[in-house]
Amino acid sequence: MAKLAKSPWLLHYDGSSCNGCDIEVLACTTPVYDIERFGIYNTGDPFQADILLITGGINSQSESVVKQIYSQMPEPKVVVAVGICACTGGVFKECYNIKGGVDTVIPVDVYVPGCAARPQAIIDGVVQALEILQKKRDDFEQKKKAGA
Amino acid sequence: MAERSVIPFGPQHPVLPEPVHLDLVCEDETVVEAVPSIGFVHRGLEKLVEQKDFKQYVYIAERVCGICSFGHGMGYCQAVEHVMNIEVPPRANYLRTIWMEMSRVHSHLLWLGLLADALGFESLFMQSWRLREKILDQFDEMTGGRVIFSVNCIGGVLKDLSDEQLKTLLKVIDEIEAELKPILRTFLQDYTVASRLRGLGVLSPDDAIAQGAVGPMLRASGVSYDARMTGYAAYGDLEMEPIISKDGDSYARCEVRLKELLQSFDLIRQAVAKIPAGPIAVPVKGNPNGEYFNRIEQPRGEAFYYVKGNGTKFLDRFRLRTPTTSNIPPMVSMLKGCQLADVPLLILTIDPCISCTER
Repeated sequence: MAKLAKSPWLLHYDGSSCNGCDIEVLACTTPVYDIERFGIYNTGDPFQADILLITGGINSQSESVVKQIYSQMPEPKVVVAVGICACTGGVFKECYNIKGGVDTVIPVDVYVPGCAARPQAIIDGVVQALEILQKKRDDFEQKKKAGA
Repeated sequence: MAERSVIPFGPQHPVLPEPVHLDLVCEDETVVEAVPSIGFVHRGLEKLVEQKDFKQYVYIAERVCGICSFGHGMGYCQAVEHVMNIEVPPRANYLRTIWMEMSRVHSHLLWLGLLADALGFESLFMQSWRLREKILDQFDEMTGGRVIFSVNCIGGVLKDLSDEQLKTLLKVIDEIEAELKPILRTFLQDYTVASRLRGLGVLSPDDAIAQGAVGPMLRASGVSYDARMTGYAAYGDLEMEPIISKDGDSYARCEVRLKELLQSFDLIRQAVAKIPAGPIAVPVKGNPNGEYFNRIEQPRGEAFYYVKGNGTKFLDRFRLRTPTTSNIPPMVSMLKGCQLADVPLLILTIDPCISCTER
């Protein structure tokens, strides 16, 4: 897969998740699932990240943090909502402090359901994100060419 | 005197899997004060008890935290069972004990990995997490879920284990114990690990008690206290002693957790040997009326569960005090006077679970 040669970097942020999906995202980077073998690297720095993995719904305090992290990431970028809470709010939807899924705050490209989302599902979501990232990258290049 | 500067730490930080924010007041490289602010993961779960009936709420209680999921479900169920005077069948109590100890193994291995990662010891991180997958595979086999597996219900448990499954569990425990030995040796004897952890964040026994430390934090300061000794579930039938260490530093906390892993293996073996046959749940009739305070030992320390019923299917109040809540004051006092580079490590040694704390 030629598109994987670009080695995208992941950034993970916990919106207001219960940790279940967080530790599954971390488990993806460890030996049994090991997404690093695809060249995907887990970084902690938004300025160097291509894919943003968000777990958990959005509450009033994490809203500004999520927006800030999203704005710090360079274009083109892809957002993956991991877990049912990040998709729609999940079991916490009726809580007074939950606004809903991640898409209430920033645009989401891939939804990975599950409670907790299994590592296989997360990896599948990331692979789908790669295709979207490649498409966005092509569009970005074309725009740049047209502009120049 | 050096000038003071304030360094914001978090909520998004490479070493933190969960968001917590600290304002670190520093003089040069030395932290003179740390001001924590929390609330990034607050959802308002306790209030949901008014919208979900007491049987449905078991699933919400399990989602307070994904790491200590089983324990929260069990703590809540035990509290409601006490209010309703339900006698849980012995087999269910043993099954709960086995799953609780497996959860402790997975939680402690997870913590050891994160500690190694904070030290910059990448291979040790990977090794700890590789072992942890074996426990998760067992959960998957037994219940169908890896981290949140919802087997608790009011009156017992939902799934039974066959003799075959218990045998496999024992085999896996033996495997993990054998593979843990080199990891244990590295954590306890390696020069690199010791040089980062020895003498860091010392908490005296008096301070630990005064500031309300719980769990491995308290035991690492030499205080022999473990809520499992109260004998809930099947712990009353099993033989155990709280594991303590004397030094009260980060190294002692690491040592206590490593030895608790071995203790959990022992408890699982004892429970499997003694597990009685019989039903796994009793039918539940009526609604809870009354109140009860229940406490259990979570991997991170003692947790409290308070329920108050009013005779309807909706509870009046559910209150949860989690171990990290009580470990934050000692953490803040430990941070005073430490070096800026040691801050992530010190935060990790309390094994913070922000999701539990903020709910």
